[in-house]
Amino acid sequence: MSDKENKKTILEISNLHAEYINPQNTTEKIPILHGINISIKEGEIHAIMGPNGSGKSTLSSVIMGHPHYKVTKGEINFFNKNTNKLENIVDMPAFERARIGLFLSFQYPAAVPGLPVSQFLRNALKTLRNEEISVKEFRKEMNDSMDFLKMDNEFAKRYLNEGFSGGEKKRMEILQMTLIKPALAVLDEIDSGLDIDALKIVSDGINSLIDGKRSFLLITHYKRLLDYVKAENIHVLAGGKIIKQGGFELVDILESKGYDEIVKEAQ
Amino acid sequence: MSKDTKDKARAIKEDYKYGFHSPEEFVYKAEKGLNEEIVRSISRIKNEPEWMRDYRLKSYQTFLEKPMPKWGDQKMLSQIKFENIFYYLRPTDKQKKDWSDVPEYIKDTFDKLGIPEAEQKFLGGVTAQYESEVVYHSMRDDLTKKGILFTDMDSGLREYPEVVKKYFGTIIPYTDNKFAALNSAVWSGGSFIYVPPDTQVIIPLQAYFRINAKNMGQFERTLIIADKGSSVHYIEGCTAPVYSSDSLHSAVVELIALENAKIRYTTIQNWSNNVFNLVTKRAAAYKNAKVEWVDGNIGSKLTMKYPAIYLMDEHAHGEVLSIAYAGKGQHQDAGAKMVHAAPNTTSKITSKSISKDGGQNTYRGLVKITKNSKNCKSNVRCDALMLDMNSRSDTYPHMEVEESEGVKVNHEATVSKVDEEMLFYLNSRGISEDDAVSMIINGFIEPFTKQLPMEYAVELNRLIQLEMEGAIG
Repeated sequence: MSDKENKKTILEISNLHAEYINPQNTTEKIPILHGINISIKEGEIHAIMGPNGSGKSTLSSVIMGHPHYKVTKGEINFFNKNTNKLENIVDMPAFERARIGLFLSFQYPAAVPGLPVSQFLRNALKTLRNEEISVKEFRKEMNDSMDFLKMDNEFAKRYLNEGFSGGEKKRMEILQMTLIKPALAVLDEIDSGLDIDALKIVSDGINSLIDGKRSFLLITHYKRLLDYVKAENIHVLAGGKIIKQGGFELVDILESKGYDEIVKEAQ
Repeated sequence: MSKDTKDKARAIKEDYKYGFHSPEEFVYKAEKGLNEEIVRSISRIKNEPEWMRDYRLKSYQTFLEKPMPKWGDQKMLSQIKFENIFYYLRPTDKQKKDWSDVPEYIKDTFDKLGIPEAEQKFLGGVTAQYESEVVYHSMRDDLTKKGILFTDMDSGLREYPEVVKKYFGTIIPYTDNKFAALNSAVWSGGSFIYVPPDTQVIIPLQAYFRINAKNMGQFERTLIIADKGSSVHYIEGCTAPVYSSDSLHSAVVELIALENAKIRYTTIQNWSNNVFNLVTKRAAAYKNAKVEWVDGNIGSKLTMKYPAIYLMDEHAHGEVLSIAYAGKGQHQDAGAKMVHAAPNTTSKITSKSISKDGGQNTYRGLVKITKNSKNCKSNVRCDALMLDMNSRSDTYPHMEVEESEGVKVNHEATVSKVDEEMLFYLNSRGISEDDAVSMIINGFIEPFTKQLPMEYAVELNRLIQLEMEGAIG
């Protein structure tokens, strides 16, 4: 497996502590993450599983740089595609993190009334690729991706996420991911609220990007997404800590024993 | 937005793009302040019929007698010094039909504002008013051949005296309010439009209003009559130089939409922040007619303007769609008035406001359903966006409903700030803070911009983007 050894590290989270700051009252701080360690190499697919309230969504928000969370200790090192170096991104604003190859699919993406999907996508792609894209080229690219995800092309005219059903929002996230083609995609509960058909389409979208170079961090509650997208590295998150790490076999153990059991074992 | 464009944008914003002024040249300038003799001389210079002179004199008396509004921004209103204003300034002798004949310094001004260019691209007719007079006017031949009348108001009075006399002041009498009286006394310029029955003016007609002189008062008067089954879209734009002392713009606009006619009146007001903009706009919509005021208030120090529509016969429909932006030292006191004076009439008011850097927005609206106006429907929606805690937004939606049978009146109001989750979402896609804020704001006013011709929409979005730079963080 020397090939694997030589692969470069994309994300290296070490001893990460983070707290939530209440935007209404910034003196109110709630520590949530208590020393997370995760290392992802290029081409790897990781999954973080854990019970509700374990800090899964916080972790994804902290990786992307959400302003309501503060890193109090530790580092998030990410491979900057522009400088070809692993860099600590803890102080980097979210838009720069996106520009160096990081992508987050939101569990609850915000709606932006009055902003048409196509306008948003074209602007995002122009910024992320740092080049002009003609309207014609862009349309073709977008429509192809939409067709692949079985989305009506009329979607392009709708306002971003406004009035979208849960499933439509998830597809919208995957559409963005397939167009952006990030170095690392963090997918926060991309499977929640999807029926089997929609789950299959979303999984197809993810699988279409797997090329041995791009990396994925799937954050999920259930096994079912992992039936479609093969994650080799499983991390179990509970109480703001990774309590167990292992291969795919861990998914089946979790499934048969339940989170409670695993958490107890770890204590 | 690239860094280069941003630098440029910043440079433009620093001194309000339209804030330049040209040397003051004129063939006649009335002395400062107002008296009966000035009113008489305006009428004399214009060689007006007696009835108009008398109308002006009556209006002047009413102006003196009427009190200032007892409501609205009393502090700002008290700063208007009527005695410091120049009420009439005639910049040039004759109105021109060709831009190359317009005096160089005036032409330069309009060149800088992009007017001749816009005309060539997408307008059916243009008038350009400089100070008190329309200095340039033209209309496409095909529109003239259809019998459409589009002139400045003074020429309208000279060339079509019967039509003007029949409608002038019928929708807004000079007794309406102090500023309508003032306009009726000293009005000059503005547009006169008559569209014959069943004639559609598909491309917009535009008027451009420019104040150049210091302490100037501009009092244009506009009258638009859309005859049965006709339609017209009229657009006006306004700018002025930045001076330390205040100017006054007080227009009166009357619209008449006869049976089955349709009028859309679009305003993009971007006066400099030393202009008092106190305007009376009112329309009458007859059977099955449709009137729309599309009203954008970006500039001025204080704007008080409440476009009104009187729905006179059954199935008339009225709409007011407005946006207001109030930045530092600005108060946009705007709104709408809908009077349902007949059964089965419908109306819709959509008001969007953005307040920033201590700016103040007020929505003041009235929906009135008169007795026996059964089955009327009215929908009012006011959305306010606050960009900081120093700014202010107030909503005064008045309803006077005298009939209940089949009547539905809805009012909805929201006040919000730029949502952090929206910002983070856009940021997570590589979009910078500034660009994200302008995308959110452009989205907020999208219902308005999508009603504008493309060129205007682009310009408006750009304008807002400049205003919003550095709005957050």
